[in-house]
Amino acid sequence: MTTLVIAEHDNASIKGATLNTVTAAIACGGDVHVLVAGHNAGEAAKAAAQIAGVAKVLHAESAGLAHGLAENVAAQVLAIASNYSHILLPATASGKNIAPRVAAKLDVSQISEIIKVDSPDTFERPIYAGNAIATVQSGDAVKVITVRTTGFDGAAATGGSAAVESLNASADSDKVSFVGSEIAKSERPELTAAKIIVSGGRALGSSEKFNEVMTPLADKLGAAIGASRAAVDAGYAPNDLQVGQTGKIVAPQLYIAAGISGAIQHLAGMKDSKVIVAINKDPEAPIFSVADYGLEADLFTAVPELVKAL
Amino acid sequence: MKILVPVKRVVDYNVKVRVKSDGSGVDIANVKMSMNPFDEIAIEEAVRLKEKGVATEVIAVSCGVQQCQETLRTAMAIGADRAILVQTDAELQPLAVAKLLKAVVDKEQPGLIILGKQAIDDDCNQTGQMLAALADLPQATFASKVEVSGEKVKVTREVDGGLETLELSTPAVITTDLRLNEPRYVTLPNIMKAKKKQLDTLKPEDLGVDVASKLKTLKVSEPPKRSAGIKVPDVATLVAKLKNEAKVI
Repeated sequence: MTTLVIAEHDNASIKGATLNTVTAAIACGGDVHVLVAGHNAGEAAKAAAQIAGVAKVLHAESAGLAHGLAENVAAQVLAIASNYSHILLPATASGKNIAPRVAAKLDVSQISEIIKVDSPDTFERPIYAGNAIATVQSGDAVKVITVRTTGFDGAAATGGSAAVESLNASADSDKVSFVGSEIAKSERPELTAAKIIVSGGRALGSSEKFNEVMTPLADKLGAAIGASRAAVDAGYAPNDLQVGQTGKIVAPQLYIAAGISGAIQHLAGMKDSKVIVAINKDPEAPIFSVADYGLEADLFTAVPELVKAL
Repeated sequence: MKILVPVKRVVDYNVKVRVKSDGSGVDIANVKMSMNPFDEIAIEEAVRLKEKGVATEVIAVSCGVQQCQETLRTAMAIGADRAILVQTDAELQPLAVAKLLKAVVDKEQPGLIILGKQAIDDDCNQTGQMLAALADLPQATFASKVEVSGEKVKVTREVDGGLETLELSTPAVITTDLRLNEPRYVTLPNIMKAKKKQLDTLKPEDLGVDVASKLKTLKVSEPPKRSAGIKVPDVATLVAKLKNEAKVI
């Protein structure tokens, strides 16, 4: 029994979500191998070899793997899939894009966003926006799984010394090509990895106000900034800040929700936070039912006061 | 070109579901059902492509129980031209649905298949990718912009950290993200018109698909409850609590 983890990386370094996935892989039992498929990804492969608990790193190089296109990465995974009992990917935009493609080609079910490994064939995953937890058992020969990163601690990024083995790259698809990307630059901690998150909702009223009110608080706390879907849809914040069922799933030490009512879709993305603080002027807002500390106040006065008091 | 849009009947997104006390599942008897919100976006996009003259026909397809007909009628009220129901009482998982859809794709030969990125009941986010794999088509998931030009389609995708743009040759599979469009309201005249549109019913056996799965749900339980918190009177108290009680700052 051996588990393959598909690393998420930017060709130079390994992304944090991979570390959580390695922890889930270790919980499945057996050896853990990591596949680094990319272009000029030697540095990423070296970094993967350092992860504690990894027995072997497989490194595939080709221009077609540069941008992580699902068609090409899935083909690369399928080329070696017969050696593995489990294939794990992080439940990120990239992992969710690739995993079902691999599973379908293997004619097996895919198990999405597991939060716990009960045994090598039994897993727990949230359904209905996190309002229920399903325990599922797979009878498939290969388990293809995506791992909710907030459900598992990250493996140590150093301390391992796995061998790196080169793989022959499989052929690239001619049906799809990468045109370009616009990645938002940010000095802040990554949303899914941040210890503290300050999140704003529709009550902020405009993107100027959003920045004016939320940024000083985030700066003061060294926090990442998040947003509700309402704030994103209204254009107050970019979409990659959205926390919720269809956005990012986060579980920081401290989550401060300002001007967010707390719809179930939003709660699905943050209710595993250790401490939740809600600032809202509506005493009936559902966010207060999950908040450890609720402050019933206008956020335009409360948030600046909070910044001052810190 | 034809556009095929798979739609799913799910518990309405406003309903707070309850877990059954015997742990066999969630209680969906007598709760309001609707079209999965992402699928509404998919239908809307297909209809817009038809209005632009890019698509010639929009076909909605749903897999599941008899009542999925209502969902298909809604799709036709939004603007789909006709509908196909693959009717079965069996519990369908994404792989089975992808196989059924693959058979429909083989029959109908659409130029584009547009699906929602995930259904809000099982939260799987798999079917579009699986269909693309089975039909050996390119995929663009989590689309926030779709531009068709000739045999190519350019899709802007929402990825972690921002956006990326891909170019796919058609036929291709696209899954919709929330920001792709704002679905229109269905009007009463269109609901009436939709009742007259063609709705064909097939069985999985007609398509030669085995819908059995090796994935079993052992139990469904309530998520751990958060203990009730407290209200604080002012900012100073809040900061004090966070510092001394919760010790998170």
